[in-house]
Amino acid sequence: MIMDPALAKNLASRKRKDRLFQLVCQLAAIAGVILLAIFLSKIFMDGIGKLSWKFITDDLSNRARRTGLWPAIVGSAYVMLLTTAISVPIGVGAAIYLEEFNQKKSGLTNLIQLNIANLSGVPSIVYGLLGRVLFIVVMGLGQSIIAGALTMTLLILPTVIIVTQEALRAVPSSYREGSLALGSSQWQSIRRQVLPNAAPGILTGIILSISRAIGETAPLIVVGAASYVSSLPNSLKDNYTVLPIKIFDWANESQEEFHKVAASAILVLMVCLLAMNSVAIVLRARNQAKAKR
Amino acid sequence: MITSPTDKAVVQPGQPTLPESPFNRERRLSRSLPEGFAKWFCLVCALLSIITTIGIVYVLLSQSLPFFGQVNVVEFFTGRVWRPTPEPGTYGVLPLVTGTLMITFGAGLFALPLGLLSAIYLAEYAGPKVRAVLKPALELLAGIPTVVYGYFGLFVVTPALKNIFPAIQSSNALAGAIVVGVMILPLVSSLCEDAISSVPKALREGAQGLGATKAETISKIVVPAAFSGVVASFILALSRALGETMAVTLAAGSNPVISLDPTKGIQTMTAYMVSTSKGDLVYGSMKHYSIFAVGLLLFAFTMIMNIIARRLVSKFKLNYQ
Repeated sequence: MIMDPALAKNLASRKRKDRLFQLVCQLAAIAGVILLAIFLSKIFMDGIGKLSWKFITDDLSNRARRTGLWPAIVGSAYVMLLTTAISVPIGVGAAIYLEEFNQKKSGLTNLIQLNIANLSGVPSIVYGLLGRVLFIVVMGLGQSIIAGALTMTLLILPTVIIVTQEALRAVPSSYREGSLALGSSQWQSIRRQVLPNAAPGILTGIILSISRAIGETAPLIVVGAASYVSSLPNSLKDNYTVLPIKIFDWANESQEEFHKVAASAILVLMVCLLAMNSVAIVLRARNQAKAKR
Repeated sequence: MITSPTDKAVVQPGQPTLPESPFNRERRLSRSLPEGFAKWFCLVCALLSIITTIGIVYVLLSQSLPFFGQVNVVEFFTGRVWRPTPEPGTYGVLPLVTGTLMITFGAGLFALPLGLLSAIYLAEYAGPKVRAVLKPALELLAGIPTVVYGYFGLFVVTPALKNIFPAIQSSNALAGAIVVGVMILPLVSSLCEDAISSVPKALREGAQGLGATKAETISKIVVPAAFSGVVASFILALSRALGETMAVTLAAGSNPVISLDPTKGIQTMTAYMVSTSKGDLVYGSMKHYSIFAVGLLLFAFTMIMNIIARRLVSKFKLNYQ
């Protein structure tokens, strides 16, 4: 078949454009990876020099050469453990209500659902403003670990509820029906059949939400986490500081030596995050493999 | 003696009582737990989210009210000078708003096209092996804490920009916009990918059956079909950029001026709130109230954007589901 030369030319140019478009898309997709590589290598090169066991376990100091990180690590750990302990029961409870107890989807459920979606879009610093008035002034908790943890709880609750709902939805309804048909009550079927089967999914989601919260800085600054503490916190009412706040302060210092300290602290933070994320990824993979069988 | 079948606890004298089996015991206990309690507990948990929203709105309004008692609302929205110290201070919010919009606009300029194109690549071109590398990398990028992005802005992006603009300030709007752009890139990419993947296959096959190339199918059929989903993801990403705090506080600075020069430092609304709360902030002072007034404005901005985005998404879902 002989092609009209004008058509052939047109076709060739369209095919050229097609290849060009694919190339542009490919470059755009790779750009993210390249940026990630540049950022991570910069952090690694800046931070590795200062990183040592002594740096991790030493007290804070206002001199770059002598400062350690331990009080910030302990503060972050306290805030996160407390946040998890408070937010998991509440978040899972709310998700169970929305997914299991309310099949008819009443107006109230819709309202709550819409509200959760709205809350997840509220900037984190606004939660800090809420905590500043509610926990520090109204409840009189002061600039304490518990005030920080409660603020973080409000911040991550929408996410915890949403991921738990997804995990509950993934449990086949035949499990519930089978259990109900055998005579168990609704709560029994939730507790014995639905929750155990949704547990890996819930856990994955919770780990991911917590790992986002560890890096959150702004709300904790607004609810009065300190920049410097001389001793480790002894009780929940004590003053505290967290890793990301130290990173912020050190990066903001004018002395260049502090910037390296900030990079080392970032390395510590990133290793924690990476560890939590890998646990979540392994759990998810195992869960998916189980679902396929 | 005749016993009714409901009298379970009748034990014949001389006959040893058997210990209750653990299975039975557990069943009895869990049945005795009032079924209603679990349901009530869960309902209270769910209602907590509504209480949170009411709490946010109440706190923002009640704490900004004293502020607007001192500062004229018109003056607040049209004033070009933001100088909280010394008290009583001058409060014109325009410098903070322009600073915020500059960062948001710049981040969008960077992240929206890049995110859409990479979403197209992931949804339409990439094979499973490539996806297995790219998706986790984007997730990792999304998982980096915002304060770390601030570090990147100060010590990676600004030094690189110095080659192009030698007079650039160490904290500047351009670096802030770029790092916020990188930050929202994974969000744009994954939301756009969802929108593109939910376009029915038949539309693509129809276009290609009529002789369109793949690029033509994507740009003339698939993306227009996914349009409201794509726009919704853009708006959501921009509202994230609007509320971003730590990265811009570090990278873009804390200098509340109206300036369209991206090589200068600016201050966003969020940066003002965080740097003001860092100092000694007395409850009931004008400065204290001012962070709530700025917070209220920010809350209103993000809320409107989120509502628009949700409307678009539900419209998009109606079309294809």
